[in-house]
Amino acid sequence: MSGLSADDGSALLLTLALATLVTVVLLLVGTPIAWWLARSRSRWRAPVGALVTLPLVLPPTVLGFYLLVALGPDGPLGRLTTWLGLGLLSFHFSGLVVGSVIYSLPFVVQPIRNAFTAMGERPLEVAACLRATPLDAFIHVALPLARPGLLVAAVLGFAHTLGEFGVVLMVGGNIPGATRVLSMQIYNHVEALEYAQAHWLAGGLLVFSFLTLLTLYRLDLARGATARLF
Amino acid sequence: MIHADLRLDLPGFALRARLDLPARGVTAVFGPSGAGKTLLLRALAGLEPAARGRVAVAGQVWQDDASGIFLRTHERTLGYVFQEPSLLAHRSVRGNLAFGYERTPVAARTVGWDQAIELLDIGPLLERAPAGLSGGERQRIAIARALLASPRLLLMDEPLAALDAARKREILPFLARAQRALDIPLIYVSHQIEEIAALAEHLVVLHDGAVAGSGPLAPTLARLDLSPAQDEDGGVVVDAIAAAHDNRFHLTRLDFPGGQIHVPREALALGGAVRVRIRARDVSLALSAHEDSSVLNRLAATVQEIAATANPANVLVRLDAGGTALLARITLRSQQQLGLAPGSRVWAQVKSAALVA
Repeated sequence: MSGLSADDGSALLLTLALATLVTVVLLLVGTPIAWWLARSRSRWRAPVGALVTLPLVLPPTVLGFYLLVALGPDGPLGRLTTWLGLGLLSFHFSGLVVGSVIYSLPFVVQPIRNAFTAMGERPLEVAACLRATPLDAFIHVALPLARPGLLVAAVLGFAHTLGEFGVVLMVGGNIPGATRVLSMQIYNHVEALEYAQAHWLAGGLLVFSFLTLLTLYRLDLARGATARLF
Repeated sequence: MIHADLRLDLPGFALRARLDLPARGVTAVFGPSGAGKTLLLRALAGLEPAARGRVAVAGQVWQDDASGIFLRTHERTLGYVFQEPSLLAHRSVRGNLAFGYERTPVAARTVGWDQAIELLDIGPLLERAPAGLSGGERQRIAIARALLASPRLLLMDEPLAALDAARKREILPFLARAQRALDIPLIYVSHQIEEIAALAEHLVVLHDGAVAGSGPLAPTLARLDLSPAQDEDGGVVVDAIAAAHDNRFHLTRLDFPGGQIHVPREALALGGAVRVRIRARDVSLALSAHEDSSVLNRLAATVQEIAATANPANVLVRLDAGGTALLARITLRSQQQLGLAPGSRVWAQVKSAALVA
């Protein structure tokens, strides 16, 4: 039993940094998408909804493969980032962020969308009748009322990003200190038959994930809104 | 003036409402369920963007499709009280009241914070959460919240419909008092004649999305061709003066141009204006004065018009008592037996009259 090695520690820190950044990006990107999906009557609503949910059912390797192609030197996103002077995102931390955001998007959009749908039109009409502009009403009425959904979304997005493997492997490779995240490190340990070290990380992730979900369900049950999760 | 000419087409329903309403006082909008009352109110508020036409309130154009003007709801400086109280659940009572107040420029504030709280008597509730309040308390807060946005026009959509009769009687006086004190024009949707009689000066009758009638309250309530007269609670309001108290029999005498009415004694200042409601079903007709009857109030009147009702056994009779319109619902058989026709001189026996304001 040797506990965590320096490599393990760096993988852990990298994973936490990734999950935190991804969660922030997800909330910023997912909230407007959820708002639009909850309220738009556009005929694009169903296709966009399906697209956003796609990562839920797609094998991560498929998603990762297409992301790799798109972000690569000949892909449209790769050309764009090169043109913008950002270089290529694949096999780079920023590529992990992009991949993780897309991969975890449904876990964030769905609870927020449910929260927006559940509050209905009325609170926003009330706000408009009290002189609030639509943006004002969104910030001071819709967001506070959707807070439980936002909390669930943030926790699920964070936890889901901690545990991902396939997309990261495809887009980021396995570069120590740059793209080698926890799940990758566990895989490496197992490959090298270092089961004890794999246990430390795998067990830690298992306990953390369970405690996270337990807290979430406790919070949610207390509010009597378990159905909101999924 | 409040002017509206609105068209709104929905699947299976069309609103075609043209209205010119007084810019002061209370206008009641009456109609059966599905007549389009709520839709009309929402269209006035800009909550139905598909509504076409023109809305102008006190000289300010809120909507004019001919010249491409459409103020959105938040630009219309209105107050809206929904049928359900609709308090913002994430804010305390104080937070709800402050929502519109804070968004009203100081120079545009016509209603004071303390004034609204005092008028609706909600001071003790300020720190409470909406979830812990009764239906009546919530609706009082919703009304105060609307007032505190200093609106040019108040719109209320059956604000008392979700409350029981006792709560209604509790809130109505607050509402009437607040409206009078603040002098903000109010359009009040209701299908309760009792509420309308207590509040309104002007009446609009909607039927199938169109305006069937519009005019001052008393003559419009007495129109036999409109649904208020046909309502189970249909009747008239009479504006009278408290003339004398009868201490021996515990009565108060009210005088109006067509005669006198006695009601159970009320603590009224003599000489003050009061409004009495007389329901059509509480009026019976006789050809002579019937001094031997227990009915206290008898008024000499002339039959003006007779109309059928939904129930073929009954007819509605519109009477004129010295310039005051009265309605009586009697049986068809009685009408035939008494030979009543327009021009007949009758005695209207009023079995019950209620003070409403």
